[in-house]
Amino acid sequence: MTDATAIDTTGYLALVRRKRLYGTLLLAVFAALMASGFYVADDRNAGGFFDGLHRIFDFPAEIFSEAFQNWRNLPGLFLKFIPSLIETLNIAAVSTLFGALLAMAMALLSTRGLALWPRLTPLFRRMMDVMRAVPEIVIALVLIFLLGGGPVPAMIAIAFHTTGALGKLFSEVAENADTKPVEGLASVGGNWVQRMWFGVLPQVAPNWSSYALLRFEINIRASAILGFVGSGGIGYDLKTALQWGQGKYDQVVAIFALLFLTIMIVDHFSDRARARLVKGGRRA
Amino acid sequence: MSVTAQITPLEALHSRMSREFAIRKWRALAIPAAVLLYLTYIFFAFDMPGIAARARPENAAILLGDFWSYKTHVTRENKSGEVTVAVEGERKGTYPMGTAPGWVALGEDTAITLPDGSAIRYRADGDVMLSVSGYGEIVARVDGRKVTLELPTAEPPNWMSISRTRVNIDRGTWRFALTPSKAETFRYETGWELFFFTFDSPFADKSWGELAALALWGERVDPALPNIAAMARDFWNNKMWRHGDVFWALGETVLMAFLGTMGAGMIAFPLAFLAASNFTPARALRIGLRRMFDLFRGVDGLIWTVILSRAFGPGPLTGSLAILMTDTGTFGKTFSEALENIDQKQTEGVASTGANALQRARFGVIPQIAPVILSQLLYYLESNTRSATVIGALVGGGIGLLLTQAIITQKDWEEVCYYIVLIVAMVMAMDSFSGWLRRKFIKG
Repeated sequence: MTDATAIDTTGYLALVRRKRLYGTLLLAVFAALMASGFYVADDRNAGGFFDGLHRIFDFPAEIFSEAFQNWRNLPGLFLKFIPSLIETLNIAAVSTLFGALLAMAMALLSTRGLALWPRLTPLFRRMMDVMRAVPEIVIALVLIFLLGGGPVPAMIAIAFHTTGALGKLFSEVAENADTKPVEGLASVGGNWVQRMWFGVLPQVAPNWSSYALLRFEINIRASAILGFVGSGGIGYDLKTALQWGQGKYDQVVAIFALLFLTIMIVDHFSDRARARLVKGGRRA
Repeated sequence: MSVTAQITPLEALHSRMSREFAIRKWRALAIPAAVLLYLTYIFFAFDMPGIAARARPENAAILLGDFWSYKTHVTRENKSGEVTVAVEGERKGTYPMGTAPGWVALGEDTAITLPDGSAIRYRADGDVMLSVSGYGEIVARVDGRKVTLELPTAEPPNWMSISRTRVNIDRGTWRFALTPSKAETFRYETGWELFFFTFDSPFADKSWGELAALALWGERVDPALPNIAAMARDFWNNKMWRHGDVFWALGETVLMAFLGTMGAGMIAFPLAFLAASNFTPARALRIGLRRMFDLFRGVDGLIWTVILSRAFGPGPLTGSLAILMTDTGTFGKTFSEALENIDQKQTEGVASTGANALQRARFGVIPQIAPVILSQLLYYLESNTRSATVIGALVGGGIGLLLTQAIITQKDWEEVCYYIVLIVAMVMAMDSFSGWLRRKFIKG
């Protein structure tokens, strides 16, 4: 009896020791990767990390001091950039809308047990994988070449990516949906669209809307960035203001502030809306 | 009695139900109507009718054609009579003097055979004879500073454009242009030209069989190296496609994502303890940290890249720092939320054995939150690989930079296609890698 426990503890301790060794080794590998990665990145960067570190606040200080001197311009500048901010928001909203609609179809078509053509589910899954993997900037730049500048290339690019990203999440939600309503609808002769519309959609709607809202937050940022590479919205204004350089820094500050406030406000409200959607705290 | 008692609530119920149904019916109509209204507004706000005017469908043809085909130029300088054959007309794709692909016969005259059965002959006396299949013989001649033509028909066909100083023939699979200074034939072929070796490599223009033979038992082409190593070297240094540079750029992009994500995790982890209510009683500190996380998250990656590239210049380090900044905010928020949701029993158990704060954290807390943190980190690593492509385009590092450069020149669309394929493959590889790691660590 005592022998058995003794053997047990030695085995356990050996196991623990081995686990600790693995953990330490893993940590060492990780630290080495981080250090060498940092070294390589620092080496290939135009300016070094330690040379630049004390200059981090130079640019913000410069632009803010200039904006502070011309603070009288700021309200006017805010008004001036509101239209492009609205364009950025519109790009995000429309692409989220279209992306979410497409993602709904793709998700239902690729969910086991709900798919219209069960054999084609792997195909739709792969399609979503590829759509998710293509960065927005690739499509946006190609479309700018084809369609000229403006908000449409950015919208299509973001919607494409959104379809892939939301499709995966939507499908995970739909997988957990109760199939009983679907079976019930099937038994009374409902076709596929009716089964999905009345059987699945009411179950998944809160979670799907919550994911779509989260995506909307992400898409605002994406749409601002795509503006920077040439398709409308506030990113484009930021680029031109930066190219003017000194003398236009009050514009840069105004854009920074608008972008920051918008993101904060949208994040805040969508956070609350999502909490309400998912926790079911809707009207009692 | 009991009947009336039942009827009244039923009626009330009925009226309530029908009211709710009416509201639902309203909503079912109002939401699509609102969406439609919004889309109509967008239709005009985005100037959709103007898109048709601004769109350049001919660019689509160029792009699609260039994605999977290339052209070879056979050019004669009329003054010197010198003939060069070059892929895409580029210097780095020029055939060495006196060599040409099989369909060009160099000599006194230059004879070019074209895929649809047509043939072109640059004659030594300066004339160009074209025999266009399905049409007939054309003689094109440079006469001083203008160009003259002899056609078999009275009217020139519609695939030909003629001016005093220029003749253009476009037959789909090949084109021909004659100006007083030069005669040029373009032949289109499918595939990516010189993808493996450029002409300065001894392995260029060899078939797969020949290459395999050379690699396995052939004589050393370069006495200093085994053939297979020489092949790898020539492939890696291919001047046209710059495979070496491209793979470095891909590595840079992954590196940006890795450094940014992991660095942000390392910074946010200790801070998250200070921002969690069950570890930090000081309310002011907690609130302050939370607001700071919000600030870091709210200042978009775009703003961070602008600010950071002023300090650090363009490059991958700037990109990774921009990712680090935004993600520190995100991780700080999610980690501290995870910390607030831990089960106190485990910590109490560890505390009951007399453990100090550090030991309580190590054995009571970390085992509980490690899976959450790890899966967050891996998820962001994957998603940041994609963002790093975009950020790379802004800060000038990684594959994003190469991609934007290739697109801006509007010429090398096959390279754009190559980069897109590589980027998609890279993101998907990172996706499955992080999924594999997640399963490995979180289950095991």
